[in-house]
Amino acid sequence: MNPVQVAGVWKYYGDFPALRDVSFEVQPGACMALLGRNGAGKTTLLRIVAGLARPTRGSASVCGAGTRDRVTRRSIGILGHGISLYDELSAFENLHLFARIYGVADPKRAALEWLERTGLERVRDGLVREFSRGMRQRLAVARAFLHEPSVLLLDEPFTALDDRAIALLQTLLRDALAAGRTIVISTHQLREALALATHVALLVRGRLAHTGERTAEMLEDTGWLYRHYGEA
Amino acid sequence: MAVPALRGSMSFLRQSLTIASKDLRSELRTKEALNASVAFALVILLLFSFAFEPTEVETRQISGGLLWLVFAFAGALILNRSFARELSNDCLDALVAAPISGAALFLGKALANLALLVTVELACLPVFGIFYNVPWTQQFWPLMLVMLLGTWGLTVVGTMFSALTVNLRLRELMLPMLVYPIMVPGLLAAVQLTAPLVMGQPLAGDLIPWLRLLIAFDVIFTALALTLVETVLVR
Repeated sequence: MNPVQVAGVWKYYGDFPALRDVSFEVQPGACMALLGRNGAGKTTLLRIVAGLARPTRGSASVCGAGTRDRVTRRSIGILGHGISLYDELSAFENLHLFARIYGVADPKRAALEWLERTGLERVRDGLVREFSRGMRQRLAVARAFLHEPSVLLLDEPFTALDDRAIALLQTLLRDALAAGRTIVISTHQLREALALATHVALLVRGRLAHTGERTAEMLEDTGWLYRHYGEA
Repeated sequence: MAVPALRGSMSFLRQSLTIASKDLRSELRTKEALNASVAFALVILLLFSFAFEPTEVETRQISGGLLWLVFAFAGALILNRSFARELSNDCLDALVAAPISGAALFLGKALANLALLVTVELACLPVFGIFYNVPWTQQFWPLMLVMLLGTWGLTVVGTMFSALTVNLRLRELMLPMLVYPIMVPGLLAAVQLTAPLVMGQPLAGDLIPWLRLLIAFDVIFTALALTLVETVLVR
């Protein structure tokens, strides 16, 4: 069974169909780049897969179970538009909090280990509100990876990252793929995403215009996919 | 069969306490809601005292209503922040996506709100006693019981509507408009119980039906909130 399955998903906001009959699957150990212009429905689709929103019609499942299943949620790591960290808590307190919520066996050790991996161990007791944007992003990456999820859902993960954070995230994503984890990545930054992706899915106005393997020509010419399957 | 159920309950409780301690830690660092709420409650108590200079008989009549009016209005300042706090940096998404039930999240937030509201009330009572010349400590423990039950009712309803209104632009206005009408039975019982207790009367006789009403209100709304919160959080 494929770890991410989306079947006939429709999502309406009022009368507006943000997603129209979207179906796709992501194989174990694959990285799917979810592409599309602004308003194509990428974030809505990722939110449905993450269990943050309910589809109006259709269904989404992760690791064979519904997205609101507690065990399923433990297997998902999500990095959304916001950093999802508390400004009033320190870096360590934030990671410790999420390690506890995710039921990590040794929350303290996990928090310290990820602070070290993201180069934030020197500021472990600093409040997040005092951090630079790059440091906050690195901490957000640590939060998403902390519980070693088998499925990673990343929404515009490279946006507003500094060079160091981009390099860190790319390394972590490559390690995750090498470890057999499944990744769905929604982004406008085609070069970074396509370099990692094994598969692509293109959304056009809420409809899936193309899904398939990432080919060499997509990597050489990042506009190729939009020219062939997207809108003019 | 009993062991997994017990383990599940422990996990539920542990997650609730994790959320509660996170909320309390955040609030104690910023004191945004707590300072505003305590200041508001004390100012209202002082203004009423200076404006009306109530006699002992008048104080006997208004004390329950006055105290719960102050607690309810001051409480709204704390309850409004409960889920709104999660909006910055999209923290609510991280909590909803996490393997924690909506009920555990709700209970954790309600417990933190209860602690903050009780702190405000404990700050108000001595001021009330001095400015209104009321021997409120005579029935100390029965009064604390009523305060706790009344505050829990206010907290449960307020926390639920805080979750419901979190994405509304006018949530500061909407929360009191939704909470106070629903709170009427609970507040009525709390007012009827508090007035005699602060004047030193024991918790017995005619007061018992009001106590039963307050307990029933708490049980019903706690059960409703724990059941419905998941639907409120994921749309």
